Amino acid sequence: MEGPDQLPPKGIRPPIIGPGHNFGTLTDRIAGIVLTKHTPVFWFAVVGLALMIFGMLNTAVAYLFARGTGIWGINIPVGWGFAIVNFVWWIGIGHAGTLISAILLLFKQTWRTSINRFAEAMTIFAVMQAGLFPLIHTGRPWLAVYWLFPYPNSMGVWPQFRSPLIWDVFAVSTYFTVSFLFWGIGLIPDFASLRDSAKSLAVRRIYGLFAMGWRGSARHWNRYETAYMLLAGLATPLVLSVHSVVSLDFAVSVVPGWHTTFFPPYFVAGAIYSGFAMVLLLAIPFRYLYGMQDFITLRHLQNAAKVMLATGMIVAYAYGLEMFMGWYSHDKYELAMVHNRLHGPYAPYYFMLIVCNILIPQSLWLNKVRSTPWMLFIVACVVNAGMWLERFVIVVMSLQRDFLPSSWGMYWFTKWDVMILVGTMGFFTLLFFLFIRFMPAISISEMRMLLPQAKVKE
Amino acid sequence: MRETPIYGLMAEFDNPTDLVHAAKAAYDAGYRKMDTYTPYPLEEAAEAVGAHHNRVPLITLVGAMLGMIGGYSLEYWVSAVNYPINVGGKPFHSWPAFIPVTFECAVLGASLAAVIGMLALNGLPQPYHPVFNVPAFARASRDHFFLCIEAQDPKFRMDDTRRFLLTFHPEDVAEVPH
Repeated sequence: MEGPDQLPPKGIRPPIIGPGHNFGTLTDRIAGIVLTKHTPVFWFAVVGLALMIFGMLNTAVAYLFARGTGIWGINIPVGWGFAIVNFVWWIGIGHAGTLISAILLLFKQTWRTSINRFAEAMTIFAVMQAGLFPLIHTGRPWLAVYWLFPYPNSMGVWPQFRSPLIWDVFAVSTYFTVSFLFWGIGLIPDFASLRDSAKSLAVRRIYGLFAMGWRGSARHWNRYETAYMLLAGLATPLVLSVHSVVSLDFAVSVVPGWHTTFFPPYFVAGAIYSGFAMVLLLAIPFRYLYGMQDFITLRHLQNAAKVMLATGMIVAYAYGLEMFMGWYSHDKYELAMVHNRLHGPYAPYYFMLIVCNILIPQSLWLNKVRSTPWMLFIVACVVNAGMWLERFVIVVMSLQRDFLPSSWGMYWFTKWDVMILVGTMGFFTLLFFLFIRFMPAISISEMRMLLPQAKVKE
Repeated sequence: MRETPIYGLMAEFDNPTDLVHAAKAAYDAGYRKMDTYTPYPLEEAAEAVGAHHNRVPLITLVGAMLGMIGGYSLEYWVSAVNYPINVGGKPFHSWPAFIPVTFECAVLGASLAAVIGMLALNGLPQPYHPVFNVPAFARASRDHFFLCIEAQDPKFRMDDTRRFLLTFHPEDVAEVPH
């Protein structure tokens, strides 16, 4: 096992990959997590806890289906409560995976290689949590099929294609599918490595099945690389479109606080912000627990922190712009919205959001914070909480006080709301730990390309 | 298919430079039915065996067009033909509102075509291939680099080809049984 992180001398950046590795040691270390006979104790502890929380989610959802959405805190005027807040939060978290795997690939940022696999897995699992909410918030998901998807049903009704809500269905389902494909084809050569390294016949058969007979042929690699680059090119506009479309769910309406044109870039920046926070939240314990400091080095943590700092500043600018637009529009409803943010009944949420998303992340300017994993871990937790608060502020504060004071109201979430939110965190953790145990969490074939001996000498 | 008793001769190298050198020389010597097997994508190896272009981009383009046309036609048919509803006086064929879904469908079609096309052109999933009969081939997904000249190549002669491959100082030259 590696020792604790050591900062290199001033002026020298930490390496992307620890010294002294060759193709063999690299394969053994990463494949070892999967092929070991000794599953670590902490894995059972985490999975056990996550299973219990997942059970709580199932209970809450079963009760929801039995009783309807009345068990939640939603009411008139706040018809969009936790379900939409959680949906936007999870889908935002899912954005970093594709950003890392696609956009950073196109920009030839080689440091992305060791974190792209589990960031993609994080994306898929986060989008699964997000997708849960539009389904269950209908209260009758077996009917939701014809509300959400255009299929020829016996009633002869179709979804309304002029509504951003149906755009959202297409954007999120496409995003899930493309992320899954990206992740899936990245895994094929690594499954082949597992197949060829496994000792037991049963394990070899199982990974052999998923490897589909991959043999590393030059012609195969040639087409594979083409397909991979094409997917990256396709995923890049896609990832920007998804949260833009999510933001249009709000911006296309006339509700004060939502009806602004800067929502799409604001939402995309926030999504990447929270996504990178989640990457750090997962990467820091992962590299520590599995001794992966050689592959996920301080360089990766520092770079992720810098991306967070940059997107966090965009988000801070957007908060300022929200205030400015309220004043500049001179629209009394928009002005009332600004006033409500600062002085209304939910003002504590707004100020907590400012502390979590703007003030505390300023510590990332310090190299000391960027290079100390436990400090980064705390900042990442704070940012994820802050991003959840942001969505709460956007959804609830605009709905509770719109145009007519006679229709104003308050929103109080119930224990069922909380159980489902916490439940999805358990479900996410469960999926993520199963992934770490049974699939290579770092791309083995791409990591090999980073070694100096991988180059052909003239 | 079984005109020859073996599939080919496989040379094993422990570094990419020797492999590419051998593959280039084999191509120059007139061998065409050959392939390299490497643990990670090696552009030089693909060029050496003559794999420059592939049809994945074309298939992807076709997928994108089909997705785009399919998505837009669905929206048009649903909103203007089969189920026209007047929403705030907007035209039934309100094309600007149809663009997001058209875009998503194009990306979906292109991505599915890229992945399925890549797998189909590669002939995967493939349950059996002769190269796996060589015990050392397990290292092709780990740290070794292989060049296989296939017996079906018209220039292939068991002894000559073996001698030719041995000139590049491989770790080993193995016969690949069917």
